Amino acid sequence: MSRAAHRAPGGLAGRLSDLFWRRPGLFLLLLLALPLTWLGLVYIGSLLALLLQSFFSIDEFSGLINYDFTLKTYAELLRPANFDIILRTVLMAAAVTVAAAIVAFPIAYYAARYARGRMKALFYLAVMLPLWSSYLVKVYAWKLILAKEGILNWAVEGIGASAVLNAVLAIPVIGGNSLSVSYIGTFLVFLYVWLPFMILPLQASLERVPANLLEASDDLGAGSGQTFRHVILPLAMPGLIAGSIFTFSLTLGDYIIPQIVGSSRRFIGQAVYQHQGTAGNIPLAAAFAVVPILIMGLYLWAAKRKGAFDAL
Amino acid sequence: MNRGLLGTVATCAAVAAQSLSAQVTEIGPGEGRLDIVAWPGYIERGETMAEFDWVTKFEEATGCMVNVKTANTSDEMVALMNEGGFDLVTASGDASLRLIAGKRVQPVNLSLVPSWDTVDDRLKNAPWYVVDGVHYGVPYMWGPNVLMYSTEVFGDQPPTSWSVVFEETTLPDGQSNAGRVQAYDGPIHIADAAQYLMFHKPELGIVSPYELNPDQYAEALDLLRQQRQLVSRYWHDAFIQIDDFKNEGMAASGSWPFQVNLLQGDGAPIASVIPQEGATGWADTTMMHVDAPHPNCAYLWMEHTLSSNLMSDLSVWFGANPGVPAACTDGRGMQTAEGCTKNGFDDFDKIRFWTTPVTSCASQDECVPYYRWVSDYIGVIGGR
Repeated sequence: MSRAAHRAPGGLAGRLSDLFWRRPGLFLLLLLALPLTWLGLVYIGSLLALLLQSFFSIDEFSGLINYDFTLKTYAELLRPANFDIILRTVLMAAAVTVAAAIVAFPIAYYAARYARGRMKALFYLAVMLPLWSSYLVKVYAWKLILAKEGILNWAVEGIGASAVLNAVLAIPVIGGNSLSVSYIGTFLVFLYVWLPFMILPLQASLERVPANLLEASDDLGAGSGQTFRHVILPLAMPGLIAGSIFTFSLTLGDYIIPQIVGSSRRFIGQAVYQHQGTAGNIPLAAAFAVVPILIMGLYLWAAKRKGAFDAL
Repeated sequence: MNRGLLGTVATCAAVAAQSLSAQVTEIGPGEGRLDIVAWPGYIERGETMAEFDWVTKFEEATGCMVNVKTANTSDEMVALMNEGGFDLVTASGDASLRLIAGKRVQPVNLSLVPSWDTVDDRLKNAPWYVVDGVHYGVPYMWGPNVLMYSTEVFGDQPPTSWSVVFEETTLPDGQSNAGRVQAYDGPIHIADAAQYLMFHKPELGIVSPYELNPDQYAEALDLLRQQRQLVSRYWHDAFIQIDDFKNEGMAASGSWPFQVNLLQGDGAPIASVIPQEGATGWADTTMMHVDAPHPNCAYLWMEHTLSSNLMSDLSVWFGANPGVPAACTDGRGMQTAEGCTKNGFDDFDKIRFWTTPVTSCASQDECVPYYRWVSDYIGVIGGR
């Protein structure tokens, strides 16, 4: 026994090292075991458990779940009231994404091309700063900003632009009694909260656009509009799409903002929360939760077809 | 080792036996912890305001540390109880029968609650927690859903009808009520519409706002769709409603006396009234989960609710009425007989208490059940 130990230098550690050298696959497996368990069991497993729930139905009086396989719950999603919720959420997510791209582009472009040294640090700070405070604090702050007797209204009145604001609020569907109880308000808060998630990837991709390409475009006689359309935008597309994945999916799943700011009309996240947390209708909540997964799946598939991930 | 294992098995068996038996037969020592699902503002330990505290003394006396999980709607309460892990819930009538039907709560052995005899006779056998003569809890508090309004808007003409939240009208300050009223973000609000119709459209023949046949139900939904045009935001969280009355220029809304008291305490120009149509209301019951992990503490708490300063002080705090009438008068807390009268203690018969709507109802052949209320109300809020 002791002789054997002598022959293998380093004892157990040595033998292990020999083993791993002979079987590299084993080493890889051991290395990946923990993350794979996490991904497989905790992450995918919980998702699957949720999806499984969506094939059950609920006993409508006692609120207890009936564990028989059925597609009835999915059919309920197509009822007008539920379908409205899906449509409303997707439209809001799309609007927020487009607006975030439009607002973020100039900021990211400036930061990537012109900001240097101190300005650059300041830029990062300005973009990241809102992420440091609690999400709830920001949303409640916005509720006060947008309130009828809030600071924004006060400022608008101060510059004599009340008529403009009232005209905007009088627009059917998206308007309302005040900004904080209208879709416009919900939209503004979404836009504010998710904007950094658009700026940062966009800026990263703009930084990788080679300056000599822009000069070449210029030399070949392209106007700034043409350069933007044919050179900058295609090259920045991966960042734009990465950002849009963030803003789109985050809006799709959020349930706090429309609860605090908005007209009480439900979004998918709220419907999930209400059916799961308050009505005890876990099957319908699960079916609702599948919707964003499907939509994001389609979105990513379309983005891949467009070649958005080729540059990654 | 073996004895330890045997001991564990014995304990498990005892626990299993206990949860199988219908009732607790004696109270042992407290387990050191108690988990309660309650309405916001229902269980105070002096943290919001120092003088409102009905937990600390209980904890000192029994060693049961109280943990409260607040729920904003009855549906939330039922969901939390279905999840389990709680001992008690302060369930309103629209939750209690569902909890009993779902076998989520256990019968209470009244002989272990010495103060049971002091409970209000009007509540002792109330149908929302007594099924087939079995008591599934002890009464907690009850009160009306009042019409809260801004005295700045209404001036010296306080509203006398719920019409200010259902029909478009010009309010005393000369502006329309559109966009300046709120309604409760729970399906049980359909009953408020039905009650309004009982008064204004007697030809519909509604006997109880919780028992609606399809025609009556459709009328109530139509009224609520009309209300949707007026409502800027449905209130869900009591504190968000308070904020809306402060910052959104709200004129009127159905509300709880709780919000009225807090707003008045803040000096806001707010008052409340029970309009001519009457009011819906809640009558809450302390119910015990079928698998309550701390049954001894739960029984000690039930006795505490009936015998201590709890109901009296809570009555002042929440604007509700105690389930024990003596709490109004015997000076165990801050409440007085006048205070109880102000809270509507004598209006018991005018209040139609929240009840879960069921298909087989007493007043007619067939009624629209609660699950339809839930999905249809989401539709109404969404503009359907």
